[in-house]
Amino acid sequence: MATQHSRSAARLMISPAVLLLLGWMIVPLAMTVWFSFLNYNLLQPGPRTFAGFSNYYYFLTDPAFFTAIWNTLVLVLGVLAITTVGGVLLALLLDQPMWGQGIVRILVIAPFFVMPTVSALVWKNMFMNPVNGIFAWIAEALGLQPFDFLSQAPLFSIILIVAWQWLPFATLILLTALQSLDSEQMEAAEMDGASALARFVYITIPHLTRSITVVILIQTIFLLGVFAEILVTTNGGPGTASTNLTYLVYGQSLLQYDVGGGSAGGIVAVILANIVAIFLMRMIGKNLEN
Amino acid sequence: MGKISLKQVTKSFGDVTVIPALDLDIEDGEFVVFVGPSGCGKSTLLRLIAGLEDVSSGAIEIDGVNATEAPPSKRRLAMVFQSYALYPHMTVRKNIAFPLKMAGIAPDEQERKVQAAAKVLNLTNYLDRKPGQLSGGQRQRVAIGRAIVREPAAFLFDEPLSNLDAALRVNMRLEITELHHSLKTTMVYVTHDQVEAMTMADKIVVLNAGRIEQVGSPLDLYRSPRNLFVAGFIGSPRMNFLTGPAAAAHDATTIGVRPEHLTLSRSEGLWPGRVTVSEHLGSDTFLHVNAGDLGTLTVRADGEVDARHGDSIFLTPQTGKIHRFDANGKAIA
Ligand SMILES: Nc1ncnc2c1ncn2[C@@H]1O[C@H](COP(=O)(O)OP(=O)(O)OP(=O)(O)O)[C@@H](O)[C@H]1O
Ligand SMILES: [Mg+2]
Repeated sequence: MATQHSRSAARLMISPAVLLLLGWMIVPLAMTVWFSFLNYNLLQPGPRTFAGFSNYYYFLTDPAFFTAIWNTLVLVLGVLAITTVGGVLLALLLDQPMWGQGIVRILVIAPFFVMPTVSALVWKNMFMNPVNGIFAWIAEALGLQPFDFLSQAPLFSIILIVAWQWLPFATLILLTALQSLDSEQMEAAEMDGASALARFVYITIPHLTRSITVVILIQTIFLLGVFAEILVTTNGGPGTASTNLTYLVYGQSLLQYDVGGGSAGGIVAVILANIVAIFLMRMIGKNLEN
Repeated sequence: MGKISLKQVTKSFGDVTVIPALDLDIEDGEFVVFVGPSGCGKSTLLRLIAGLEDVSSGAIEIDGVNATEAPPSKRRLAMVFQSYALYPHMTVRKNIAFPLKMAGIAPDEQERKVQAAAKVLNLTNYLDRKPGQLSGGQRQRVAIGRAIVREPAAFLFDEPLSNLDAALRVNMRLEITELHHSLKTTMVYVTHDQVEAMTMADKIVVLNAGRIEQVGSPLDLYRSPRNLFVAGFIGSPRMNFLTGPAAAAHDATTIGVRPEHLTLSRSEGLWPGRVTVSEHLGSDTFLHVNAGDLGTLTVRADGEVDARHGDSIFLTPQTGKIHRFDANGKAIA
């Protein structure tokens, strides 16, 4: 891409893809914006009248909205905390030379290949079910009362399920980062009198910060939109205890047939996600600079 | 104090023995250089001393105390790695202070020592930079700085200059030698560059396939190599080896003559030959001479010698400068 000519040629050649992507994004977005200003309910026949900001007003003043924001925040931060800490620890473990390393690594990555609906159902029916689940069985074997995860601690259960799905991703990225750590640096630190803990704090963690930022960025983008896991396990309940923003929008437009309200919620979600994205980009930019 | 003794030390990786039983004494304050061809076990030996590798058998004593099982941090040794192994996310100041911080030394004392080291190594203006913003030579000095602040019993260097360009290498060679003069701390230095070995060492240890071929001062090794390997390894250009009748005339299987100990003449001499290549270095001229049955001989001549490809010349070894070796490659006294 050195010369003016090759640069404009490159622009020309990527333009179809860019235009396609742009159309793909702009059309639904524009329609959503348009619907969000209409009285548009699938159960009410008749003309769709202009509603002004009333859809936004009702969405934003809905008490479920704040619960949903809070739940989204808890869900994202909870999963991020579990996956980054767990990912670092798992990566450290997998980096040790051991027998059957290749197979173990593939097994660790496996959860990532399981579809969200499937894994959520497996967790719901085989692990967390208070009658048939393995946790219930363990609790009973220990003489304890089985714990009904999905109704007693719905959000926590969903965090657990989603974290389980994303842990392999974090582990994988952090493991590759760990493998790129110069072993002489570790040896130098060892000679400098650093204990194993000090080496972890002063050498390993700084080396991993970039990858940790990347993991946080990518995961945040996906975690803001967690949906399938909630749909197949708790349906956002009990009440709104496990409703996140995505699920709230879904409920609004498809359970209450209020397309206008749902669209307004969708736009609010897009704006919030962009605010988060801007902050994240800032943070990453700073981290990647040095 | 920094006296290091290796007693019957061996090292194997799996069933490959890299170092067969080896004894070595390094005196306090000595500058010892390990030389040898690539893969002969120099780095391994250094890492055994450092404690970064476990010995397979034998004992390592530091200042008379058995340190065979001691972890690297307890041996009071500092190591400078070939890749420098600086901590990339820390400033030069933090890099140099790291061992002090690990030793729990107070921050103002740390700063004082860092400043002192930076002054010795001309790093004062770079203390707030990260290693990525330094040149190779500066990084090298930071690595040395990190080693000297700890005031170790001995320094271990693993080919510290091999990543530098020729001019800088000469500079750093002098700086390290000066550092040794001023600190008077034991230094163990690994290199495969025999100029470094000859110029820096108090004592050279020539290694070959994990075995010690000879230990001695640079001039000892140059004047009286104990065997063919050392004779061929020390000295540049390489010693010429002759076999057959030329050697038999001196009651030896092989004789060796250094290029600088051959006298060149246009008219008369012991061994006639033809010049194949002449390399003019300015100060010297290296002539590669095809001497028929004797093979190709290298001669070091004056810089002004004007010999060309195809010229016919005569070579005569200087008396008393012929090294004789028996059938086993051992020097005959
Ligand atoms: N971790 C290891 N596992 C198996 N073999 C090893 C290991 N480290 C070194 N070796 C072998 O030990 C021998 C000596 O290696 P070493 O690194 O000490 O050589 P060296 O003299 O430093 O060479 P160079 O001048 O190229 O650095 C080599 O044959 C090498 O293949
Ligand atoms: Mg080496």
